[in-house]
Amino acid sequence: MSTLFNDKRAPILFAGMFLMLVAVGVLQSWSVTFTLLNMCLISAIMALGVNIQWGYAGLFNVGVMGFAALGGLAAILVSMPPQPAGYAAGGLGILGGLAIGAGTVFASVWTYRRYKRYSYVALVAVVGYLLMRAVIDPAVAAIEAVDPSVSGWLGGLGLPIVLAWPVGALFAAAAAWVIGKVALGLRSDYLAIATLGISEIIIFFLKNEDWLTRGVKNVNGLPRPVPYEVDLQESSAFQGWAQTLGMPVDDASGLFVKVLYTLLFVAVLAFILYLSEKALNSPWGRMMRAIRDNETAAAAMGKNVTWQHLRVFVLGSAVIGLAGAMLVTLDGQFTPTTYNPLRYTFLIWVMVIIGGSGNNWGAVLGGFFIWFFWIQAEPIGLWLIDSLTSGMDPASAVRAHLLEGAAHMRLMTVGIVLLITLRFAPKGLIPEK
Amino acid sequence: MADVLNALVLLANFLIVPGLTYGSQLALGALGVTLIYSVLRFSNFGHGEIMSFGTMFTIFFTWLFQGWGLSIKPLPTALLALPFGILATMALVMIMDKTVYRYHRENKSSNVIFLIVSIGTMFVIGGIVRFAIGPADQIFFDGTRFIMKAREFKQMTGLSEGLAIKTTQGITIVTAVIVVAFIWWFLNKTRTGKSMRAYSDNENLALLSGIDPARVVMVAWLLVAALAAIAGTLYGLDKSFKPFTYMQLLLPIFAAAIVGGVGNPLGAIAGGYVVALSEIAVTFAYKRVVGYLVAEEHAPETLLQLLSTDYKIAVSFIILVIVLVIKPTGLFSGKTL
Repeated sequence: MSTLFNDKRAPILFAGMFLMLVAVGVLQSWSVTFTLLNMCLISAIMALGVNIQWGYAGLFNVGVMGFAALGGLAAILVSMPPQPAGYAAGGLGILGGLAIGAGTVFASVWTYRRYKRYSYVALVAVVGYLLMRAVIDPAVAAIEAVDPSVSGWLGGLGLPIVLAWPVGALFAAAAAWVIGKVALGLRSDYLAIATLGISEIIIFFLKNEDWLTRGVKNVNGLPRPVPYEVDLQESSAFQGWAQTLGMPVDDASGLFVKVLYTLLFVAVLAFILYLSEKALNSPWGRMMRAIRDNETAAAAMGKNVTWQHLRVFVLGSAVIGLAGAMLVTLDGQFTPTTYNPLRYTFLIWVMVIIGGSGNNWGAVLGGFFIWFFWIQAEPIGLWLIDSLTSGMDPASAVRAHLLEGAAHMRLMTVGIVLLITLRFAPKGLIPEK
Repeated sequence: MADVLNALVLLANFLIVPGLTYGSQLALGALGVTLIYSVLRFSNFGHGEIMSFGTMFTIFFTWLFQGWGLSIKPLPTALLALPFGILATMALVMIMDKTVYRYHRENKSSNVIFLIVSIGTMFVIGGIVRFAIGPADQIFFDGTRFIMKAREFKQMTGLSEGLAIKTTQGITIVTAVIVVAFIWWFLNKTRTGKSMRAYSDNENLALLSGIDPARVVMVAWLLVAALAAIAGTLYGLDKSFKPFTYMQLLLPIFAAAIVGGVGNPLGAIAGGYVVALSEIAVTFAYKRVVGYLVAEEHAPETLLQLLSTDYKIAVSFIILVIVLVIKPTGLFSGKTL
């Protein structure tokens, strides 16, 4: 029996996951199922990205949130219509400022290479920075003053939002390259702390640079890759179709949109999963695992460990950025304040570890599983505490406090599940082969 | 002359005093992170939540004492409650070590696994804290607010700028000095402290010379619990207690520990002040200071601020990145515990 379970472990677990989603459809509603499923798919892609870094190469990246947010930035910059008034007010200033900024970076690097003196580099950097601020500050102020309640930023390029997905991957990859250059090759926990810090900086940047992202004013109403419910409800073909299904047109249109998103996301997930599996089973994948398991031995075999780490770090981050862009596409809005490390970094990690580090199918399953419980834990916890305390006086303060605190139970539950997995099943639900 | 003094007082009031206060809080936090790093050899991501847990219990006891009418005015009641907060935190870390960390220690898990385990404990403790006290802001300071008010200072000196020192700032700096002195004495003068340093320098050699590793680990955890509870309470008294801010404190604390050189207690303290002072110095608007120093017609029109205050926390990461690039071993490298 146990060997049968071990052989068929992955299919059985995936079937279980499928049944749970169906159960939600039957018990709650199909709309909820597809909302869950869409987020599960995005989580699975993010988990794949983390798995590429951690499972293949043993790199501990705690900056998932930052890479996901960069993907989100790509989504608004690619898809939103440009704001000509903003460009007229300060487009040149921004361009000039950015050029000075880039020039400063190059000048600093050149100074270091030429003189090897950090004091010179600091001087160049500070002067360049002040120059950039002098040029960019008035431009930023001018742009943010243009009709701040609806605009006040430069806008995007007005291209189809699906294009933003690869662009999001590129943004995240570029950031990862810089971070990797700095932190890879140092002690392993420095990468963790550096990525954690840089992801926070990215969020601070997105929150405060209104000219680029509208900051805390958020960007709403992103264009969609799928039709709008209102248009569907008005089309007679869709009305007839809903009638044959026996559903009210409103519900049918909402569900239809969600199913379209699901199809899109499934296609992306399948594509990335296929590539990941190919990579894992290629000579390159074997080499990565060899480096992971024994860096010294791999280095002695002539493998350039730091370079390979950088490659895999950039690749994994690109996948996370892609998922981040998809997430913003699904939400239809970009709200920098919603990015917090618990939800966007640590939860993804829990997915990978519980699913099975090093196994792509495990990461996908973990993404599904953990997201499902993250969402459903709240009603379950509430119900649990409600029934446990049902014998108590309904007006009792203790009961009220417990019910109020139930929302925080999932934080604790995730932590406990993580600790138990690390202790009793460190290989996760679907272990690496 | 008065202008120079005014400029100095202005700097002291808005930069140096708050910087030293925040720096002391970070230094105590970083000291805890560094101790765990040198004895147990992992970066403890749960440290912010341990601080938050200690502060929470201090708040509970403060409320209890306030209910009894106990008070040590002009000092805040929280100082009376702090020892109980420390005890509660010690109990927490002991339970945590027995149930979670001991297994991984015995199995010689890699330090990245330890790091992930510490993230797990961060979740659990964070959940407990939010469950017990709620995610909202708690202000638990009572007693006299100021040691010196700006107005009194102005009257005393006749300057046009005032220097205010809050009671919490005074308490923080004094406590930090006492605690740091104690830790220094403990590590250098006591037998347990010396065995801890030996263990951190070379584990195998220490084991050979008969040092009991279980005892060293336990003492380290107890010290860390005390440090965390003190640092957390001081921060909470000075600002306010909110579970989310404590999680965010983790990053400046790590920055402080790395800037000073992980594993080096002296470095952790220096790192705390470096990070805190530069956070404030970089986001400080120097307009008025310069206004005092130059002739009126040259007075600056802009705020003279390097970075907007929104980026305050980001500054610690920028310092961190600079240190990682230039000198990854920290400012005080080569000397551990």
